[in-house]
Amino acid sequence: MIGGLFIYNHKGEVLISRVYRDDIGSQAADSAVFSSSGPFLGERLGGSVRNAVDAFRVNVIHARQQVRSPVTNIARTSFFHVKRSNIWLAAVTKQNVNAAMVFEFLYKMCDVMAAYFGKISEENIKNNFVLIYELLDEILDFGYPQNSETGALKTFITQQGIKSQHQTKEEQSQITSQVTGQIGWRREGIKYRRNELFLDVLESVNLLMSPQGQVLSAHVSGRVVMKSYLSGMPECKFGMNDKIVIEKQGKGTADETSKSGKQSIAIDDCTFHQCVRLSKFDSERSISFIPPDGEFELMRYRTTKDIILPFRVIPLVREVGRTKLEVKVVIKSNFKPSLLAQKIEVRIPTPLNTSGVQVICMKGKAKYKASENAIVWKIKRMAGMKESQISAEIELLPTNDKKKWARPPISMNFEVPFAPSGLKVRYLKVFEPKLNYSDHDVIKWVRYIGRSGIYETRC
Amino acid sequence: MTDSKYFTTTKKGEIFELKAELNSDKKEKKKEAVKKVIASMTVGKDVSALFPDVVNCMQTDNLELKKLVYLYLMNYAKSQPDMAIMAVNTFVKDCEDPNPLIRALAVRTMGCIRVDKITEYLCEPLRKCLKDEDPYVRKTAAVCVAKLHDINAQLVEDQGFLDTLKDLISDSNPMVVANAVAALSEIAESHPSSNLLDLNPQSINKLLTALNECTEWGQIFILDCLANYTPKDDREAQSICERVTPRLSHANSAVVLSAVKVLMKFMEMLSKDLDYYGTLLKKLAPPLVTLLSAEPELQYVALRNINLIVQKRPEILKHEMKVFFVKYNDPIYVKLEKLDIMIRLASQANIAQVLAELKEYATEVDVDFVRKAVRAIGRCAIKVEQSAERCVSTLLDLIQTKVNYVVQEAIVVIKDIFRKYPNKYESVIATLCENLDSLDEPEARAAMIWIVGEYAERIDNADELLESFLEGFHDESTQVQLQLLTGIVKLFLKKPTETQELVQQVLSLATQDSDNPDLRDRGYIYWRLLSTDPVAAKEVVLAEKPLISEETDLIEPTLLDELICYIGTLASVYHKPPMSGPPLTTSSVQMGAVDLLGGGLDSLIGGTNFVAPPTAAVPASLGAPIGSGLSDLFDLTSGVGTLSGSYVAPKAVWLPAMKAKGLEISGTFTRQVGSISMDLQLTNKALQVMTDFAIQFNRNSFGLAPAAPLQVHAPLSPNQTVEISLPLSTVGSVMKMEPLNNLQVAVKNNIDVFYFSTLYPLHILFVEDGKMDRQMFLATWKDIPNENEAQFQIRDCPLNAEAVSSKLQSSNIFTVAKRNVEGQDMLYQSLKLTNGIWVLAELRIQPGNPSCTVRAPAPTLRPWSLPFVPCQGVVLVEDAVQASLQAWLEPESVRSLKRTFLESFHIHPVRLPR
Repeated sequence: MIGGLFIYNHKGEVLISRVYRDDIGSQAADSAVFSSSGPFLGERLGGSVRNAVDAFRVNVIHARQQVRSPVTNIARTSFFHVKRSNIWLAAVTKQNVNAAMVFEFLYKMCDVMAAYFGKISEENIKNNFVLIYELLDEILDFGYPQNSETGALKTFITQQGIKSQHQTKEEQSQITSQVTGQIGWRREGIKYRRNELFLDVLESVNLLMSPQGQVLSAHVSGRVVMKSYLSGMPECKFGMNDKIVIEKQGKGTADETSKSGKQSIAIDDCTFHQCVRLSKFDSERSISFIPPDGEFELMRYRTTKDIILPFRVIPLVREVGRTKLEVKVVIKSNFKPSLLAQKIEVRIPTPLNTSGVQVICMKGKAKYKASENAIVWKIKRMAGMKESQISAEIELLPTNDKKKWARPPISMNFEVPFAPSGLKVRYLKVFEPKLNYSDHDVIKWVRYIGRSGIYETRC
Repeated sequence: MTDSKYFTTTKKGEIFELKAELNSDKKEKKKEAVKKVIASMTVGKDVSALFPDVVNCMQTDNLELKKLVYLYLMNYAKSQPDMAIMAVNTFVKDCEDPNPLIRALAVRTMGCIRVDKITEYLCEPLRKCLKDEDPYVRKTAAVCVAKLHDINAQLVEDQGFLDTLKDLISDSNPMVVANAVAALSEIAESHPSSNLLDLNPQSINKLLTALNECTEWGQIFILDCLANYTPKDDREAQSICERVTPRLSHANSAVVLSAVKVLMKFMEMLSKDLDYYGTLLKKLAPPLVTLLSAEPELQYVALRNINLIVQKRPEILKHEMKVFFVKYNDPIYVKLEKLDIMIRLASQANIAQVLAELKEYATEVDVDFVRKAVRAIGRCAIKVEQSAERCVSTLLDLIQTKVNYVVQEAIVVIKDIFRKYPNKYESVIATLCENLDSLDEPEARAAMIWIVGEYAERIDNADELLESFLEGFHDESTQVQLQLLTGIVKLFLKKPTETQELVQQVLSLATQDSDNPDLRDRGYIYWRLLSTDPVAAKEVVLAEKPLISEETDLIEPTLLDELICYIGTLASVYHKPPMSGPPLTTSSVQMGAVDLLGGGLDSLIGGTNFVAPPTAAVPASLGAPIGSGLSDLFDLTSGVGTLSGSYVAPKAVWLPAMKAKGLEISGTFTRQVGSISMDLQLTNKALQVMTDFAIQFNRNSFGLAPAAPLQVHAPLSPNQTVEISLPLSTVGSVMKMEPLNNLQVAVKNNIDVFYFSTLYPLHILFVEDGKMDRQMFLATWKDIPNENEAQFQIRDCPLNAEAVSSKLQSSNIFTVAKRNVEGQDMLYQSLKLTNGIWVLAELRIQPGNPSCTVRAPAPTLRPWSLPFVPCQGVVLVEDAVQASLQAWLEPESVRSLKRTFLESFHIHPVRLPR
């Protein structure tokens, strides 16, 4: 299991260091866990863990080369790291741990910290180091991850210095039963005057297209994010136009199959928040759950069939002699004319030896950004079924570099108000038998946002 | 107010200031001071001097302060064990606190304080907490058992915590179950033989129920534990799989991967004809693909695992090639792994797409990635024959780019393509030759030289090309030198007239001016071949080469199977199994064991412990036959010369290839003219060459040790077998083993270290001077107490006394005397072990009746005085007799002999002295 967890700043200084197991310091197991950096005491205590801490700093943070793997093995000790802005989180172990679990835990750790104090920065970590130690003590025991749902944690790790006598016995046992319980993500007794929920279908559409317009690969990875403000312990059921469900239901009425069959989508795979009853999904393909309070990600899914590609990019690059390139890029929007795409950005890479660029575009603004080696063309809004074009002349400095320019793909960013996968929310039913509000009383909101993921066209 | 200020205090006299603050009356000030202490601790300052002052703050009802003090304690208790005891009272008190959070906190922290003295006090609170009414306390206590086991395993066993932990598997709270499973799994790892987890259909059912209810982490613990279970039949395997598959939709990638592990493992048990098998295969692909949309670090873990899965069951992902296409801004570690998988999935159906991709990648920025992409094109050519031509032309295109490392990489792979498809693509040689000057890497130079030498007859200026390399011969790496030597010899054999001088030159460079033994040897071989028999040289050097196989980079099957069991773990990331096996013991002597044997020896020789023999009849009449026995004995000894030596058992497999990454070891033990040897047969069943063999024994009952290093002269290539006789000595260190003749062996090679144990036949330990003096025999025999005697029968032994005697003698079991009582031949036998222990036996043979009775006192009983020893004494003799007779006996009678022995042993158990 995880032997220790360290947080470093970008300089490699340790901000947080929590050791769970002695083995990570190896030989010097009987010396003190922490040792002074002072010459006298440092020698006396022979810091074993310091070795591990330093090993990571020297071999990873200060490494000359770019890191080639998120798992590093130094002297039979394995270091797992993730980076958030300029903060390094490293988990250390000597055992054959579940590697996927360690990374999942590190992400979770980031989520928990973010939920408590916002952005993960050196400043915030120093400001909250006592809290972080308290959290680390709670969510990792002897290197085994424990309940790490912020909803539950916030009930008893508050930084208010709860005095035990101020809690009633009921309160205490409520906390413990929630932390260890089957519904560890929600506490009892939540009340709202207005029962309301928001569903966001957030999709990122990914494309890799050949210069000739052939789709090399395309997929949508989507998320359904739910914000719930519901009283009690509501039982929810979520329905969407999943092909398998629709076809199953459609068996009874032939009408409906023909009507909704077209609109249904084939989902390649989906994963759910731990509140969703997976066995029920496996057997009936129904998505039922008791949601955590507030915002959470209900599900993730992926589709590859019948994707609506919101934009088509048609590149044309011509080399004129050795010192000039002519680039023409056409973009076409491919959705209902009544809808508007926003935040459109086309990025056309230019060679490193570019000396000057002239651009003419029909719409929006285009600029050559020397520091990024690209022409960036921005359009604020664009309706469906439209077309726009940019042409550029790139002057090159003559070089004797033998290596040809790699021609990175042209990439695009945008945001559209529909789901490129075609996913539609059919219903979200809420049942709370103990409290007197019904499904009809709940105010529900649904929003669809499609964004570009990696949307690239080779040129 | 922020906490970051605590990080900034660096002034002198800080410790004194802190001390004062810690002892302040004001609670707020105290807390502030503890925070400062913790901050100093974090940045590596030594604040252990404050120990008593911090511990004084422990008694507080402020939970936050308490946690800080605990944190301090965990870090410094080890350096101040005596003072840490001061904290014990508070812990014990806290374990009784009405607030479950505090009870759990206390038991959790206590387990982290790794001071022996404290662990004693931990037992009682822990016992209570394991049965606490609050699940939060129980789940914490479960982990605490694992902590305590890590500090003092014996204590945990003695206190019965393991049983309590096992009971927690049936707890009503899923999180308690999950933590108990995690703790038990960890403890079980350090006791591989114990059946600690005791997985059976009932407990599996409990785990599967808890699986649906516990946290994501708990699900991982349970799934990892399930993977260690072996279902009793395919039905059970299927029903477990059915209950595990819903986990594939979990948002946590680790849950998904652990579920994949269980499914991959249990699938082995399912019949491929089953409908369910196909369904399962289909269900596995989507979640694996989904893992690729996780964060890059997880993608990396997933890809390393997919790499294994694709090798084990290529059918799962064969249609998913596209998802492994590299994205421009994937991190480099993801790119390299994707590339690997792309090659594995390449087939005739998708090769066009793959090639187009690879060509794109070859123009990227990262040098490693580009090289790998070029290499991948070559591998595609070798893997998919239909694509070879396209690959070659793609490679030629890449060579035209003149990017140095691309060209070199391309030449290396083209060499392989030539070897796979001889006489097909040689037209490109001219293009390759153009790039000769730009090659600066040894591998590429060697590849180019190989090509020139191999196709010397088609290259007009081959001699010039090779000569150009020769100038800097001594600056080249060995790889290039060897290749150049071979290349020029090939050239000479093809065009002898023009290249005589060149070949002379290279041979003298290799043999006279080089101090590299490999190069020199190869040079001499060529030289002698060429000078003695040029025709033979041609046959040897220009022999047709075996085609190279397409899957040289596959993980070998035994290792792959092992790694599949480690899906999701670090082992699957490194593609190496975790370290296992006992550490090799050095040759230090364990005194206790020596005393045991030494004591036995002394008392045996002194004969002081021996009491009167059992049956009055035998010793009473012993005097008479001795005289005649003596002459018999002489007759016998004269016949010994014709016998070839002691019995040798056929070789048995000691270490199957499955367990040793393809190395199979079988062997047997022999004793010939006073020397013991271990005859080994090493077979390489792996795909790679094995070298650097070494052997070591663990301490054993008779101090057996290799007398010489294990000599395997040449590297062991795949499918090769080598036989080695390893001489053994008995001067190694001694430790009593169970059973007595158990030998633990470690064998090392370039791949890993492997461990196995075997039983050696005891007769290899019988020394040549094992014939006891007659008078001494008589005296000793009389003194042996009858309780120490064992008796057994050997049936179907159609031999007369002479034959038996001479056969036994060949195994160094000597007949001291012989007599005839009422028509039965009685043989009195003695033998001596290498450590000086004597064993005596009486054999009764009835002529005409094909069975003989062996009566053997167990002289070693007294000094060892342990209940299992008498059997050992008997087994000793029985083994010896059996071994020596085995050569004549039919297999059937060998078995019956064994059975008879066992039966007689059960009916007449050896009595122990009171």
